[in-house]
Amino acid sequence: MDPLTWTGTLGPFLNPIFLVACAALLVTALAQAVLSAFVTTGGSGNVLSVARTPADYAGVATKGAFYLFLATALAYLIGGIVVQGTPNKGIIGAISTQLLPVWIALAVTFALSITFKKKLGLWGKLMGSTIGAIGAGMVLFWIFTGLFAEIIATHQPLEIASGMKNKLPGTPLRGAEEGEFQWYLLGGDALTRDVFSRVVHGSTWVMVIAPLATMFAFMVGISLGVPAGFFGGVLDTILSFVANLILAFPVILLFYLLVTPEIVDTGLPIYMAAVLFLFPILFLTVLFNSKFHTQPAVNYTILAVVIGGGGWLYLSLLSTPGTIWNFLPRGVDLFNLQGNFLIVFVSVVFVNSPTVFRIVRGLVLDIKTRDYVAAAHTRGEGVWYTMLWEILPNARGPLIVDFCLRIGYTTILLGTLGFFGLGLESESPDWGSTINTGRKLIAVYIHPLVPPALALMSLVLGLNLLADGLREESLKD
Amino acid sequence: MAIFLLRRVGMMILTALCLTFIVFFLTNLYPNLEKLAKSEGNQRMTDAQVASWLDRNGHSQPLLVKYGQWLGVAPGFVHTAENGTVTGRCISTGTAPEDAPRFCGVLQGEWGMSTVAGEPVLDLTLRRLGLTAWLMLWVMVVMVPMALILGVLSGMREGSGMDRSLSTFSIASTATPEYVSGVIFIAFLASSKYGLSPLLADLGLIDGKTLFKGSAASAMNDITFENFTLPVITIALYGMGYIARMTRASMTEVMTAQYIRTARLKGQSFRAIVLKHALRNALIAPFTVIMLQFPWLLNGVVIVETLFNYKGFGWTVVLAASNNDINLLLGLSVVAVVVVLVTQLISDVGYVFLNPRIRVS
Repeated sequence: MDPLTWTGTLGPFLNPIFLVACAALLVTALAQAVLSAFVTTGGSGNVLSVARTPADYAGVATKGAFYLFLATALAYLIGGIVVQGTPNKGIIGAISTQLLPVWIALAVTFALSITFKKKLGLWGKLMGSTIGAIGAGMVLFWIFTGLFAEIIATHQPLEIASGMKNKLPGTPLRGAEEGEFQWYLLGGDALTRDVFSRVVHGSTWVMVIAPLATMFAFMVGISLGVPAGFFGGVLDTILSFVANLILAFPVILLFYLLVTPEIVDTGLPIYMAAVLFLFPILFLTVLFNSKFHTQPAVNYTILAVVIGGGGWLYLSLLSTPGTIWNFLPRGVDLFNLQGNFLIVFVSVVFVNSPTVFRIVRGLVLDIKTRDYVAAAHTRGEGVWYTMLWEILPNARGPLIVDFCLRIGYTTILLGTLGFFGLGLESESPDWGSTINTGRKLIAVYIHPLVPPALALMSLVLGLNLLADGLREESLKD
Repeated sequence: MAIFLLRRVGMMILTALCLTFIVFFLTNLYPNLEKLAKSEGNQRMTDAQVASWLDRNGHSQPLLVKYGQWLGVAPGFVHTAENGTVTGRCISTGTAPEDAPRFCGVLQGEWGMSTVAGEPVLDLTLRRLGLTAWLMLWVMVVMVPMALILGVLSGMREGSGMDRSLSTFSIASTATPEYVSGVIFIAFLASSKYGLSPLLADLGLIDGKTLFKGSAASAMNDITFENFTLPVITIALYGMGYIARMTRASMTEVMTAQYIRTARLKGQSFRAIVLKHALRNALIAPFTVIMLQFPWLLNGVVIVETLFNYKGFGWTVVLAASNNDINLLLGLSVVAVVVVLVTQLISDVGYVFLNPRIRVS
């Protein structure tokens, strides 16, 4: 069997157009940037119409080139799905076909979002801004890829095949069985595993850990930041000092100190987990209790769910057979985390929460002087009600924006950990670890390395664009 | 001003003490000490032997006492063996116990010996810091002007085509961490098999096999364009986007100010408005941001030095941490913490000086 080409049968038609589009885009964009930097608008005098400058013409040309570029890119993807037979599809076409569930999900999401734009609040408004919509699209792409990883991936992330070591993209799988996918779409890595499948499976890891860790960091940051900003005084001074202390620490040094096996042996990360994971339960308990304490029946039901359910999750998270923290019987223990998953998770939460704390504290300091807070105070609401139901909802705008940015930052941080070999176990398909293993052969084989690198970059870029769009849209009201 | 400075310096010293104590605590946890004993003594020590080794070398004292000794505010540890030989923290081989100084800690300039490099920590740290200073210098030289130009250009006409394309570029650069951009740069600019280099080599435009070198190891003796460009660009690119965005935000804010409108109504040219009126005020905020970038750069330095095999400060951090070299790790964290805190101080003080609206009474 022949190795796959990149573009299959579409190549001869589309490749020349694509090259022209790329070249045109580059030239016109440069021209536009240079021209608009040096030619000022000729809006002199009392005329309302301004003659078009060369920069404007360059702008039009750039737009045209960009649409051509987009159209060819789309043609590759759609053509790849339409053409039958993998050798005809080429690598890009085959990947596009594998990603079909993602395309469908994306199309459905966007169609629904645009149809019900008016009713969807901030998300609906996001569809109105180009940057925000692009960012949302990129993030959704990775969310769906993570979700459908089992269907999309052509092989298992740890599956090895003889003779596939460092093979180039599109190499046919030697001795492939009936019903198995016959190619390694993006080649094989140094341990003969399929690069494409590893990147796809890696997205599940990243899309689970990064938002979850960010959420925990937010819970910790909010639980401490709101009271610190609201009460001020000694509490604020102490908490701010501790936050600054952690922030002044070089992150990598901290990671090395927390993640080394010797420190893990002392159980320090587990103690930290025990403290940090308590915050969400505490937060939710106070949150609901402050609102519903006047309706005992409702209150007790909610609290029972929060404390019971949360407590169960909390205990089964900490309880691991074979360690001193083994207090739950096997049947009751819901899940056990693999390897140093918990440690990585805790370190990332620990590093992120001081920044969240500072942001929340600043916001609360600003909001607590507003009239509606004074009104709540006059009504005789409790302090916790004022903090969590009056102040916090009004701080949500900047917090949502920061949440998006922070997921990106957490993704980078997780990758950094993987890069230093401190992350999840080394065979894990998460992108940071894959980049770390791939860089050893960087001078000879780049194909195991570039896909995870681009994946990580596009996800973080998408999150940044999304945050930018959100910020812009939320400032508009 | 003096009181403000004094309070800030006092706070800084307190923070430094706390941070070094945390590092001290973490590196002096029992499993670390046990590993140290086994690597210094021998691997097959029994638990009792480990305990006695730790006793002999003063590692089993209370943590605060040890910290005091390391810092140089408590008298150095002295051990008298059964046969009467006196050894101790401050007694180096060859000096009589009576002649040895009573205090020997960081404050006295005794930073201890590095177990992995086999030389005094102070010398090693300073040498490695010097190497990193060169890297930082070039990063600053590349990053700061580029970032300011980018930010000012995109901020002076908010919403224009140039603003949008430059902003997207700066967002993209902040979204690309060093280990991604470094890897991509090496793959496409420093590989003899892929990317630009084989093309240029075929055309005879470059002498060597590759355009740039994928390793900066030779830059430790001799910095050249070939071996230093990629590490510098890699760090600069990541930091640049952030500074550019801050500059843009500050520039757009200034451009909507009343006095700019006045200047415009007076009929001044756009160029004069930007250069004479807006620029100075727009650069106050980025100054703080640039100073606060140092801790971040320190992070980037660790990644880039590891990736490009440049044996500077960051490379040494990884070496010390992965070899459990307690003294070296402590020394490095002292330096890192001091760098971070001093830049914070400079940024605060500089902000007060630059911004006429802030007066510290």
